[in-house]
Amino acid sequence: MRALLTVFSKEFRENLRDRRTVMTALLLGPLFGPVFFSVMLQLSLDRTRVGADETIVLQTIGAEAAPNLVRYLESRRVKVEPMSGDAAAARALIATHRARLVLEVSADYAGRLADARPAALRLYADSSRTGDERYAARLQAILERYSQQLATQRLTLRGVDPQLLSPVVVQRVDVSTPAARSLLVLGMMSFFIVLSMLTGGMYLAIDTTVGERERGTLEPLLATPVPRGQLVLGKLLATCAYMLLSLSISTTALCVALGRLDLEQYGMSANLGTGTALSIIAVTAPLIPLLAAVMTLVAAWTRSAREAQAWLGILQLLPTVPLVFASLLNLVPKLTLMLVPSLSQHFLITQILRAEPVNPLWLATSSLSALLIGVLLLLPVMRLYGSERVLG
Amino acid sequence: MIEAQDLHKKYGRIVALRGVSFRAADGRITGLLGPNGAGKSTTLRILYATLAADSGTACVDGDAMSAANPAVRRRIGVLPHNAGLYPALTAHENIEYFGRLAGMPARAARARTDELVGLLDLQDIATRRAKGFSQGQKIRTALARALVHAPRNLILDEPTNGLDVPAVRKLRTLLQRLRDLGHCIVFSSHVMQEVAMLCDEAVVIAAGAVVACGTPEALRERAGASSFEDAFVTLTGAETETP
Repeated sequence: MRALLTVFSKEFRENLRDRRTVMTALLLGPLFGPVFFSVMLQLSLDRTRVGADETIVLQTIGAEAAPNLVRYLESRRVKVEPMSGDAAAARALIATHRARLVLEVSADYAGRLADARPAALRLYADSSRTGDERYAARLQAILERYSQQLATQRLTLRGVDPQLLSPVVVQRVDVSTPAARSLLVLGMMSFFIVLSMLTGGMYLAIDTTVGERERGTLEPLLATPVPRGQLVLGKLLATCAYMLLSLSISTTALCVALGRLDLEQYGMSANLGTGTALSIIAVTAPLIPLLAAVMTLVAAWTRSAREAQAWLGILQLLPTVPLVFASLLNLVPKLTLMLVPSLSQHFLITQILRAEPVNPLWLATSSLSALLIGVLLLLPVMRLYGSERVLG
Repeated sequence: MIEAQDLHKKYGRIVALRGVSFRAADGRITGLLGPNGAGKSTTLRILYATLAADSGTACVDGDAMSAANPAVRRRIGVLPHNAGLYPALTAHENIEYFGRLAGMPARAARARTDELVGLLDLQDIATRRAKGFSQGQKIRTALARALVHAPRNLILDEPTNGLDVPAVRKLRTLLQRLRDLGHCIVFSSHVMQEVAMLCDEAVVIAAGAVVACGTPEALRERAGASSFEDAFVTLTGAETETP
């Protein structure tokens, strides 16, 4: 047992001296997710806010012929900017990003309107620009309401009940909650947390196995009186410690970064304080031994540190596999799914972020299942270290 | 005392050892001599139990050596072939770590390391990180590491590999001093001059079997050769046809 701690503290200390590893494992890895995430979210929030309250700037051609329309638009937060030119000028203006929307009022607009015949308006927009599409849709809705208003007036003038035009009224009731709409966003968050955890342990998993073999220190180490099981456990423990550090840093950073955003509309709890961070760490930590064992096994099995790095890079995708299946199959959290590592952590992290109470039975099932699989994975690692193959 | 008793070892279908037996006594330096690929490293690896023999026994002070027996393992100090150091640790830390692994309390390991730093002239590199050590500095540190738990028996695989003349001389003096203290020392080499100068007893291995053993002089006489080098060639059959 004492040898185990000796191995652990040496590996921990040695890794701490490698500045580049520390930078990647404890700084860049854990902080990349939160920074990337909060920037993405901020952008997405900004775009949603371009909703009803923002004024739309609209260039118009020939709008002098439609003063009522202009007045109507201006009362609906549309800033009308008359321009001279024709359809070609309108297209050029949009193509060169100098205008978002151009409305062309046809030359015979006033005349046809007076005759109660359809009068043509042409709206130019670029639907390939995601942001602009939203403006175009809103403007079109305003124009349709204007058209409807004119129709109602005409019918009323002719003594016809305008209600005749609406034989059926469809009302759409959206039952989705903000929480449900945020599923993708939340899935990404738990993914980042698990990913940074893997990055945190990756270097140590390589360094303590194939790295040690490459440096020629494995053979003297195996020639010591220490039972190989203790050597392996000491190394694994050091890897786990770095993963825990990385997990704590990334979760804290995530909570701090997201705490500054307005997340209510994503259905996340506004309170991303210490309690939330600690809960996330607590439900995710049981996954650490499992992932550490897998990384150590793969690294010890490869022939060079370079090869190990390539394999572990691929391995980083492993925890996302259950998440992908969950979203493809539309899985909802339930007790049996708590047996699946990574997926259960994803569900629990999501619940915590939504400020929903976590079922203790689910938490226990998730933790025990991950820990048990982790312990089972220790066996092949121990066996590999017990064999002669480990010397390469 | 280190004893190899009829060691056999195969790697897949390649036969590495086909019955290696010899005895290295206390207070003697025993040199394992043989061409490359003769089975020297395999023999030594079985002696310090990072490999298990297919059949035969390795004994240390009369007890069978095995990976599962830490008490016997503690009686040997090992310098494996091309042994490396932890580059981020200082020479002192490298040595002390192995003292701790051998079961020494922290204070004892530190004190013993200090002692070895003096004994092996490591003062100038003791607090430097091992990254960038010269080959001589590496070997001396690795030797101190092998000696840290004061083992009675010492196994060195090609300890003079890559050393310059002064470093070899330093090593030779040191090993002779340890021998005079009563240690049992087994080392391997493919350089006959070294073996001839250093060892009290030479064991010649060729193609996985012991072909001769005795003092260097006795081996030379037996082979009827004028030099130890000629004796080696005759004994190992390295050159079968005469020029």
